[in-house]
Amino acid sequence: MDVPGIDILRRKDFTEKIINSINRLAKEINRPLKFMHVCGTHEHTISKFGLRTLLPKKIEILSGPGCPVCICPAADIDKAIEIGKRDNTILTTFGDMIRVPATNISLAELKAKGADVRIVYGPNDAIKIAKENPDKEVIFFAIGFETTAPLIGYEIQSNPPSNFSVICAHKLIPAALELLMSQSLLNIDGFISPGHVSVIIGLKPYEIFSQGYRIPNVIAGFEPNDVLLSILMLLKQVRDKRFDTLNEYSRVVKPEGNLMAQKIIADVFESVSSPWRGIGRVSEGGLAIKEKYQDFDADEKFNITIEKSQDIPPGCSCHLVMVGKLYPYECSLFRKKCTPLNPIGPCMVSMEGTCSIYYKYHKEEG
Amino acid sequence: MEKEESSKIIRLAHGAGGVLQEELIKFITKDITLKNVNNGIGVEELDDGATIPLKDYDKEIVITADGHTVFPLFFPGGDLGKLSVCGTVNDILMMGAKPLALTSIIIIEEGFNFDTLQKIVHSLNSTATEACVAIIAGDTKVMPRGTLNEIIIATTGIGIKDKKIKIVDNGLKPGDNIIITGSIGDHGTALMANREGLNISTDLESDVSILIEIFNAIKKEIDENLIHAMKDPTRGGMAGALNDWASKSNVSIVIDEEKIPIKKQVSAICDMLGLDSFNIACEGRALMAVDSNQSEIILQKIKKTKLGRDAMIIGEVQKDNPGRVLLKTIVGGTRFIDMPLGEPIPRIC
Repeated sequence: MDVPGIDILRRKDFTEKIINSINRLAKEINRPLKFMHVCGTHEHTISKFGLRTLLPKKIEILSGPGCPVCICPAADIDKAIEIGKRDNTILTTFGDMIRVPATNISLAELKAKGADVRIVYGPNDAIKIAKENPDKEVIFFAIGFETTAPLIGYEIQSNPPSNFSVICAHKLIPAALELLMSQSLLNIDGFISPGHVSVIIGLKPYEIFSQGYRIPNVIAGFEPNDVLLSILMLLKQVRDKRFDTLNEYSRVVKPEGNLMAQKIIADVFESVSSPWRGIGRVSEGGLAIKEKYQDFDADEKFNITIEKSQDIPPGCSCHLVMVGKLYPYECSLFRKKCTPLNPIGPCMVSMEGTCSIYYKYHKEEG
Repeated sequence: MEKEESSKIIRLAHGAGGVLQEELIKFITKDITLKNVNNGIGVEELDDGATIPLKDYDKEIVITADGHTVFPLFFPGGDLGKLSVCGTVNDILMMGAKPLALTSIIIIEEGFNFDTLQKIVHSLNSTATEACVAIIAGDTKVMPRGTLNEIIIATTGIGIKDKKIKIVDNGLKPGDNIIITGSIGDHGTALMANREGLNISTDLESDVSILIEIFNAIKKEIDENLIHAMKDPTRGGMAGALNDWASKSNVSIVIDEEKIPIKKQVSAICDMLGLDSFNIACEGRALMAVDSNQSEIILQKIKKTKLGRDAMIIGEVQKDNPGRVLLKTIVGGTRFIDMPLGEPIPRIC
C-alpha cells in the first residue's frame, strides 16, 4: 500500500529544510503575507500536522471556499428534502451531506422522520439501488467539484435505469477562484490550488487568472511537505515578482489534466451561473445536466422550485469564514452554540469544513 | 420543534465511546439512587470498574460489566467469545486487580446455528482459561427472530486487590510518562477492512488479547503505586482514553507522534477512509501513566512480554493547559487531540 517516495513528504528532516528556506525568504521579503488555499483537504493537512505553528508569524494561511459540502446552497438541500419526502422515493447522497442544516431541517432529520435517505460511497451504488428497486424513484444528490462530476457524468452516459435521476449541484473551482481574486479587499498574495481538482482540469484554467490578476498560484499535493513546498514556491514568486501557475503536485497532476474525464464533463454537463453558499452567485460557477440527458435530471423530472431559502442562519459567520475574512474562533457561535454535534452553519458539519477542522485540531484560539 | 423531536432518539453514535456516549451514560446513571458500596468506586466515577472495599480487611472486590456485540462474529485475530472475555478481564486488570471469575449472559436470536455457538463458547472458554479466570454463573435468553442481530454476550468480571493500590483515571501527576503497550488501532481497523462493501485486502489482525502477562510483569510496580493510571483504549481509542484522563486528573498530556507505534496497514487504511487512527479501538493494549523515575524500568519489563514488545513511552503529563491533550506532530508542528465525538464515519472525498 506504500506509494514509492511518499515517506519523504512526511519526513521531519525534509520539513526542517523547507522551513529554513521559508524563514530565509520571508525575512528577505520582510512584509506580512497572506496565502489562501481553497481545499478542505489542504486545511485538514495544515491543521492535522500543525503546519501553521511551524511557519513564521508573518505568513498567514487562510482557508478559502474549498469544502464541497459547505458551499452547497441551502436551496439545493431543500430541493433534495422536498423530493425525498415523496412516496416511493429513495434519496441517496454522500455521507457528509446528510447532516448539513438547510433552511428548516437537514436530510438526517428527514431520514429520522421516516424518509428513505441512504448514504452511498458513489453514484454507482445509487444505480445499484435503482436496479434493485425498479418500482421506486432513486435520486442521487450530486455535490462536489470537478473531482466528483466525471463519476456522475459517466453513470449518466452509461444508460442508467429510467427510475434513476440526479440532483446536479456540482460547482467549478476556477470560477470561484477568479471571483476571490477579483475581490481586492482580500489582499491575497498567493493561492495554493487543489491537487485533486487539478488532476482533472490540468493547469490551463488557472493560468489566465494568475497572470490576469497578477497573483502567484501553486497546485499542491496533500502531504505536509507538499503544502510547505508549495508555500516556499509561492514565496519565491513573491520575491521575484512572478505571477505563474506552478505545479508542486507533478507526480499526480499532468499539465493537460485528465482528458477523458474532461470529455465526459463536456458531454454531459454545461457550465452555468450558480449560487455558492456563503459567497453568492458565481458566473460559470456550476454545472447543469445538458438537455440531451434531461431524462436523468431530477430538476426536469420532479419540477420542484424552492421559493425561499436561508443559507446563513442568524449569528452564523460561515460566509465570512469561507472566504478567509474571519477565523472560526472569531465567530461568536464557535465552540459555544455551534459544535460538530450541533452544527449551526455548514462549515461545522463536514470533515472538510474549516470550522469543524478548527474545532478538532486547534490547540489555542488565535 | 422538529429539531427537538429527532434529538431525543438514541443514535448509533451514542454507543461509540465519545461525547455522546458520556451523555447517554449520565442520562441513565442520574436516576440511580445508591451509587457505591462502602464509599468504594461507584458508577459515577465512570472508571473501568467499581470497587467494594471489605470492612475489616485490607482487600477490596473489583467488579466490571461489559456487553459485547461485534460484526462480523469471527474476524481476523479473534471472535465474539474471545472479545467478551478480554474486554471484561482487561478492565479488572486496569484497576490493578487480580481477576478471579466471570459471569456470562448469552442472548441469542432465534435461528442461530448450534455449531457457531459452540465455536464462540470454545473460544470464550479457552481465553478465560488462559487468564486462569473461572466462569462461575450465567444465563441464556433466546429472542424472536429479527429482534436481535445474531448474538450478544454480556459478562461481569470479578477481581480482588489490595485497598492501597490506587490506579484511577484521576491519578495522573505532572511529570508522569505515558506508556502504550503496543500498536494502536489494529482491532477497529481490521474489522472495518473486513466489512462488506470496502473490499480492502489486508493481513491485518485484531489485537484482541488479555493483558495478564503484562500485568504480571509489572505487578511489583503496581503494588508500589508507581503506576498512577491504566486504561485499555477500547471504544474512542487512544484519543478518548487520554482526553478522559486529562480532564479527570486536571492535567495536560503531551504526546509525541513519532513515538506512537502504529502499523503501516492501519495508517494506510485510516488515511484512505478519512479516519483518525487515534480514535480507533484497540482490544489488547494498555495505556499507562507511570512515575517518570521508573518509566524506563517499567517499559523494559513490558517489552520483555510477548504482547508488549512494541511498547513505547509516547508522552508526558504536564501542568499547563489542564484538561487538554496535545500532539507534537511528525513534522514538528503542534496541535490538539480532541475527544472523539461518536461513530467514526468514512468521509466522502
